[in-house]
Amino acid sequence: MINAASKEVKEKYDKLVNEMTPKSPHLKNIIMAFIFGGLVCVLGQAIYDTSSTLFPNLSSTELGSVQSIVLIFITALLTGLGIFDKIGNIAGAGTMIPITGFANAVSSTAIEFKKEGIIFGLSSKMYFVAGPVIVNGITASVIVGIIYYLIDLIF
Amino acid sequence: MKRVGKQTIIFENKPKIIANSAIVGPKEFAGPLKDFFDYRIIDDKWNEDSFEKAERKMLEFAICTAIRRSKKKLKNIDMLIAGDLLNQIITSSYAARKIDTMYLGIYNACSTFTEALAIGSVLIDGEYLNNVACATGSHFSTAERQYRYPLELGNQRTPASQRTVTGAGCSILSLEGEGPKITMATMGKVIDYGIKDANNMGAAMAPAAMNTLLAHFEDTSTSPKDYDLILTGDLGNLGSELLKIIMNNHGVDISKNHNDCGKLIYSDIQRTVQGGSGSGCSASVFNSYIIKKLNSGEYNKILFAATGALLSTVSTQQGDSIPAIAHALVIER
Repeated sequence: MINAASKEVKEKYDKLVNEMTPKSPHLKNIIMAFIFGGLVCVLGQAIYDTSSTLFPNLSSTELGSVQSIVLIFITALLTGLGIFDKIGNIAGAGTMIPITGFANAVSSTAIEFKKEGIIFGLSSKMYFVAGPVIVNGITASVIVGIIYYLIDLIF
Repeated sequence: MKRVGKQTIIFENKPKIIANSAIVGPKEFAGPLKDFFDYRIIDDKWNEDSFEKAERKMLEFAICTAIRRSKKKLKNIDMLIAGDLLNQIITSSYAARKIDTMYLGIYNACSTFTEALAIGSVLIDGEYLNNVACATGSHFSTAERQYRYPLELGNQRTPASQRTVTGAGCSILSLEGEGPKITMATMGKVIDYGIKDANNMGAAMAPAAMNTLLAHFEDTSTSPKDYDLILTGDLGNLGSELLKIIMNNHGVDISKNHNDCGKLIYSDIQRTVQGGSGSGCSASVFNSYIIKKLNSGEYNKILFAATGALLSTVSTQQGDSIPAIAHALVIER
């Protein structure tokens, strides 16, 4: 016999825990995510517009890359200085979903595991938070691509 | 037979806690127990090159300080019983490398400290050993990286989560000397009520605390009013409320004299959500705040039940529920 409680006791306790556990403040989180996510986009657009005046020869695709690179740089810098996690704690999905979230996931992990060495620490653990995003992102885009192809074929 | 009931053993020789020491991190030192902590580290790394080494240094410091305060020579300390939260309890074993004595490394998550005191008391009560050092520690930064995410990751904490305490504590047990006496120990069973949320450890551990406390009251024919304080380890705010409710459902009211180390160590404004946890939580609070109150006579008899959630990242990822345990001690002035 294991010391696990009976099914009724478990269900009763589970109900009590659900009642007692404070819920995430969803409305507040959504509003914060909207504001901070919007601010990240405004910043991105500002970088885009500034670089288009500074480097008039660049195409719009190239300007997009410049914008991503600058946002990644800012995030990595703030992560290294220990500021980004404090922003992220308030902003939530607002800074997690844009490219800033990805940059933070990679750079924070790289800092964290540097102590275990460049090869087996930093290099191998660097994508342990961001890795699932890449895997599922690529898988999803492949599936969407196939569906798009099929739709194109039929109609 | 030195046992009453099923789970409680009685120490006839009454081992004494003759010396203590506790050391905490900066955040813990900024909390409500500031005046009770004798030592703190100013930055989380304590001049070491990794958080793991800083945790080890804190534990070594706690052990050495307690031994020095006991006025015993190191060669008279017969055994070190220690545990921590890191994989393969490296903090304790590496700290023990510096202490020239017999060593037992134990693990019961956050209840390790009362487990160490219970084992130490048995060895001393049985007159196998003269002086035993019992120590545990934990560190916020090492626990975060082992159990959760990188420190600098910008994610939000869930509203039921607790913060691992950066701290370590050590008690020296002996028959000779002055100090509070350990008179009974009630060892816990592993209890699982099916909680699966690793961010809600208080809820997972409250049934284990209840089980051990109920067993203790039944075995010893005592009730909560026989104790000045019923102290749990690290249930935090939510876990403590749950414990009071489920104890009440069994007809035992502990709401008057219950407190919790995880609740005591941080103030509400420190944004630690539900309070502290970790094997350093009960160790640092007991070896500073509680022991000072016992020595000053504010408490005469306490029931100290540290609780532990016996999960790992593997069991969580495989979707297992969280088993928990609690070991209780009666400590009298």
